[in-house]
Amino acid sequence: MKKVIFVFLIGALLAGCTVKLVGPQTLTVMTHDSFAISESLVTQFESEYDVTLVFLKSGDTGSALNRAILTKGSTEADVFYGVDNTFLSRALEEDLFVSYASPALEQIPAEFKLDDQNRALPVDYGDVCINYDKAYFASRDLALPQSLDDLLKPEYGQGSGNEGLLVVENPAVSSPGLAFLLATIAQYGEEGYLDYWQALKDNGLVVVNDWSTAYYTNFSGSSGKGAQPMAVSYASSPAVEVVYAATPITEAPIASLVGDGMCFRQIEFVGILKGTKNEKLAQSFVDFMLGKDFQEDMPLQMFVYPVNPEAVLPEVYVKYNQVPETTGSLDAQLIADKRDVWIQAWMDTVLR
Amino acid sequence: MKVKLSSLLWMLPAAFLFFFFLVPLGNILLVMATRSGVVSTNAIFQPLWFTIWQAALSMLLTLALGLPAAFVFARYNFAGKGVLRLLTTLPFILPTVVVAAGFTALLGPRGLVNGWLMQAFNLQNPPIAFMNTLGAILIAHVFYNTSVVIRVVGSALVQFDPRIEEAGRVLGGSPWRVFREVTLPLLRPSILVAALMVFLFDFTSFGVILLLGGPRFATLEVSIYSQTLSMLNLRMAGLLSFIQLACTIGITLLYTRLNGKRSVPLMPRLRGETVRTPKSIFEKTAVGLMVTVLVVLLVSPLAALALKSVLQTDAATQTSSLTLAYYRELFINRNDAFFYVPPAKAALNSLFYAAVTVLISVGLGLTASYALVRQRGLKRWLDPLIMLPLGTSAVTLGLGFLITFNKPPLDVSSFPLLIPLAHSLVALPFVVRTIQPALASIPASLGESAASLGASPWRVWRELELPIIRRAVMVGVIFSFTLSLGEFGATSFLARPDTPTLPVAIYRFLSQPGAMNYGQAMAMATLLMLVCALAIGLLDKLQVEGRGSVNSDL
Amino acid sequence: MSQLEIINIHKNYEGKPLLKGINLSVESGETLCLLGRSGSGKSTLLRIVAGLESADRGDLLWNGESICDVPTWQRQFGLMFQDYALFPHMNVSENVAFGLRMAGMKKVEIAPLVNEALELVNMSAFAKRQVTDLSGGEQQRIALARALAPHPRLLMLDEPLAALDRALRLELQDELRGLLHKTGIPAIYVTHDQEEAFVLGDRVAILSDGLVEQSGSPEAVYKFPKNRSVAEFLGMTNLVDGKVVATEPLQVETALGILTSSNCRMSNVKIGDQQLLLVQTTGAERPTTQDGSNRILGIVTECFFRGDDFKVTLNCCELFFEFSLSERCEVGQSITIQVPDSSVVCLET
Repeated sequence: MKKVIFVFLIGALLAGCTVKLVGPQTLTVMTHDSFAISESLVTQFESEYDVTLVFLKSGDTGSALNRAILTKGSTEADVFYGVDNTFLSRALEEDLFVSYASPALEQIPAEFKLDDQNRALPVDYGDVCINYDKAYFASRDLALPQSLDDLLKPEYGQGSGNEGLLVVENPAVSSPGLAFLLATIAQYGEEGYLDYWQALKDNGLVVVNDWSTAYYTNFSGSSGKGAQPMAVSYASSPAVEVVYAATPITEAPIASLVGDGMCFRQIEFVGILKGTKNEKLAQSFVDFMLGKDFQEDMPLQMFVYPVNPEAVLPEVYVKYNQVPETTGSLDAQLIADKRDVWIQAWMDTVLR
Repeated sequence: MKVKLSSLLWMLPAAFLFFFFLVPLGNILLVMATRSGVVSTNAIFQPLWFTIWQAALSMLLTLALGLPAAFVFARYNFAGKGVLRLLTTLPFILPTVVVAAGFTALLGPRGLVNGWLMQAFNLQNPPIAFMNTLGAILIAHVFYNTSVVIRVVGSALVQFDPRIEEAGRVLGGSPWRVFREVTLPLLRPSILVAALMVFLFDFTSFGVILLLGGPRFATLEVSIYSQTLSMLNLRMAGLLSFIQLACTIGITLLYTRLNGKRSVPLMPRLRGETVRTPKSIFEKTAVGLMVTVLVVLLVSPLAALALKSVLQTDAATQTSSLTLAYYRELFINRNDAFFYVPPAKAALNSLFYAAVTVLISVGLGLTASYALVRQRGLKRWLDPLIMLPLGTSAVTLGLGFLITFNKPPLDVSSFPLLIPLAHSLVALPFVVRTIQPALASIPASLGESAASLGASPWRVWRELELPIIRRAVMVGVIFSFTLSLGEFGATSFLARPDTPTLPVAIYRFLSQPGAMNYGQAMAMATLLMLVCALAIGLLDKLQVEGRGSVNSDL
Repeated sequence: MSQLEIINIHKNYEGKPLLKGINLSVESGETLCLLGRSGSGKSTLLRIVAGLESADRGDLLWNGESICDVPTWQRQFGLMFQDYALFPHMNVSENVAFGLRMAGMKKVEIAPLVNEALELVNMSAFAKRQVTDLSGGEQQRIALARALAPHPRLLMLDEPLAALDRALRLELQDELRGLLHKTGIPAIYVTHDQEEAFVLGDRVAILSDGLVEQSGSPEAVYKFPKNRSVAEFLGMTNLVDGKVVATEPLQVETALGILTSSNCRMSNVKIGDQQLLLVQTTGAERPTTQDGSNRILGIVTECFFRGDDFKVTLNCCELFFEFSLSERCEVGQSITIQVPDSSVVCLET
């Protein structure tokens, strides 16, 4: 009896190994939960390079990056996609990536290229902005806030009960929450941002932990029909609301506030992981991600903007999304050094 | 000398816990300890204190609802009992995102209740503030864990010899005194077990605190999450994980002490002699009240979800109408998305993982229970060890899995069993806690008499012991099954993107804007409830059909 | 006046009638033995008297007052369960003290009463033991002590000796009998063992098919079983059917020949009626003369020594009869046996 089990176990182990050994070579991409891609593009890349693409997703941006850091050198994956400018310095400090000066970089505007050694290459960007419920503002004849300062006006402080009209996410656990915090730091500086938040708090600011709650529970513009007509979200949300409407609509129910300094730009990067045994193939994949096909695929798969200016934006983006002219920006190194201090100070100010 | 094979049983669960719990946990804690980061004591004590007292309060409230509910289920027959029992199990499987959506739909500022109250009393503002309150945390914990109490205490109650209570009544004890002095002390082991498990669940609560409690409340688990994933302060996260682990050990030891004083074997009873229809007005009112409370608290948020999955609001007219559009949309891969998974596939993935989890955890649970019953010396270390995963940070353990199992064949991308293995870690304590007392209650003479009649050990097990512990095993099966179906934290870490489970699929929808995504999430959640209800219904049916009956002297 | 009166109790179990109108009474100081097969409803009747179950119809009177609406815990009856139902989480003296505590007594009052009850059952040395460590006989005594300690108005015992071995059963039977008389508490004792019923009961009631078939003193019941089912229940198998040929004295023509009975308490027997007879095993002899009534001829199929006498089984025209004889017979031997007229009893059919 025991022999049978033993043989069975060995057999199972061998079977497990052989699956891994035969077949075309594989390229493993480590990324976060939000990564999405069209099936046809995967097939296209796979057949062009005779390779099987394997995607490893683990949680949000932070989880995925932690995984990459903690499994550094294990050759578990070849490419890592999804580190953003708020995490970039940490990834670079950890020495996760090898440099690759992709020819595709030439077309990409300099503002996105934050790593001069090209270890992390920009792929896409998205602006974290405040979405607002168009119907709410229209029906009350309420003027739209044009700046962060405007948000302190009393008319945005009186919603239901003692709650104001704006809901934001907790930067300690939410990525758009952190981005909005960074926008205020970029605007008011390290000396002034806490005063601003104190004033926001006094004006009835509502804080929740995560984007889903903010958007679907609190935001009145979503199908959750919450109480706040303004929520920190993404500039691409209006287009997505149209694409994923329950019944076809011709006008987005929401729009973004894109006044000066009100948005923060998140740029996502891809890098070739140190220790890969498929460096050539990994480079091809990076080129592919920066190429026109993939760049045009992203907006409707991941709801982000392409960094490659050659990529044509989908019509809904052009029609329904507002693009901020200027966005707050902070040095990636400064973010890496100060993020936990800023978050802690924010929590001490806003949550206590 | 030949070693008796059965004396080595403990090695199986011990090896499992060593390889899939201690090793990954030790690995990650070591890594975390060696990394740099600022450690602030203030950030330890505040969440620690809150974690403990909210867990204690949640546990007490859960017992306050769960114990009477367990009594009603174990003692009375009433219309719709089977359905209600099924429905009370469902909260356990639902991912927190969905539960939050359900509570929001019901009690949120624009929820059904507030809407109705505002209309009825002509109010300007919603009268009930539920979201982001301590009350929301407590109610959600009660919502989640009541079924633990109902199942664990209920299975002990059903096996409880009614004659012992009757003896108390004949001796002049009023129902209340008999309950207090006879029933309660005899149920103490199972109540303690239920309390311990509920406490540990609430102690490591994450989703509920994050989504319903809001940013002003942080448990250790939430702190670990934010320290790890937002602040990248692994040193601090490691320290918090360690403290959480130490607390778990302390609580488990306290439990062993409380429970170890007087453990009383309950003779297993197979007949349903304790169940009756409520007769007196008092009984009828009590049962009616209990059923109402369960329906309001446990079923109405589920119903709100199901309702949301078939309601659509017209953007122009703001009127609602019934629709199956969200369900239809689930079956369409409109965007040619590579990671699109048809709902049936996600359901199958979930069911596969759940089935494997049941096999692993019940198999190991049985061996562990036998070992614990036969070799009392093991109790001191194997028992607490089994409980530990319940009180361990999912984020930490998840990262531990990722850094430990990253080489083929034992790696996330090629070894499909890591998810059920992780689920089994959490399910095992439940299974052991339900099977072990049933097993301990079997008198040794039973097996000996059967052996003297010529039954091999295998036959003794198959024909005597298994039927007796069958109910307990089924409770364990249902626990591990539902636990696996609803688990999100570890799964999101370990799931391969091409084989997501239902909760992972739900989460994907909820992380994007758009009414269709929201509706699809509700539809998927309704499907999850349906799949689970069907599966549990089937399991319960098996249990009923297989139950033996012994005639008593009338 | 009877202390307990059970009046026309009906009870259905799972839709089938289990008790179909039970009438019984218990006098003060008396022990009533309820005798019946398993499933005859005797335990259910006890549970109804105890208030653990309610009757569908009928009444219970205690000293003339209905107690149907008095809840169990206020009836002050003691019930000793078949499997004792000791509280496993309490030790021996805690078990015995339970009823006293429920009666609201203080600790100082309870202790001597517990000792007294334990002494009564010779278990004083076991006061601090865990009940789960006790043997069956010891548990039985503790259960009895527990039931007796609060001095119940009525004691009910449900097959208290069923689980014990024969020697212990006989010993405890005598003890119980002594105890019941010593305490003077009226008691209902349920058993399926006739011997036990006869030893313990001041009165015996036989329950069958949901009704009281017969009740009376042990001697009366034993001597004059009312009908076939009572006789068979009491282990009397010498039954024979026949036609009445004379009434003074009663003579019945049976397969064994004409049997004469001087022991018929039935009044309306007519010539030509079918009549069932019971031939009691005692008093049989091998006749020394050729004359006299009730001579039974048969072939010995079995004969064994029982201590005081021999048990002989006779095959008489393919009917098998048992007798007690003072001498040994050989199997296969054809013998004649004579029974006195008083040993032939007529039964209702």
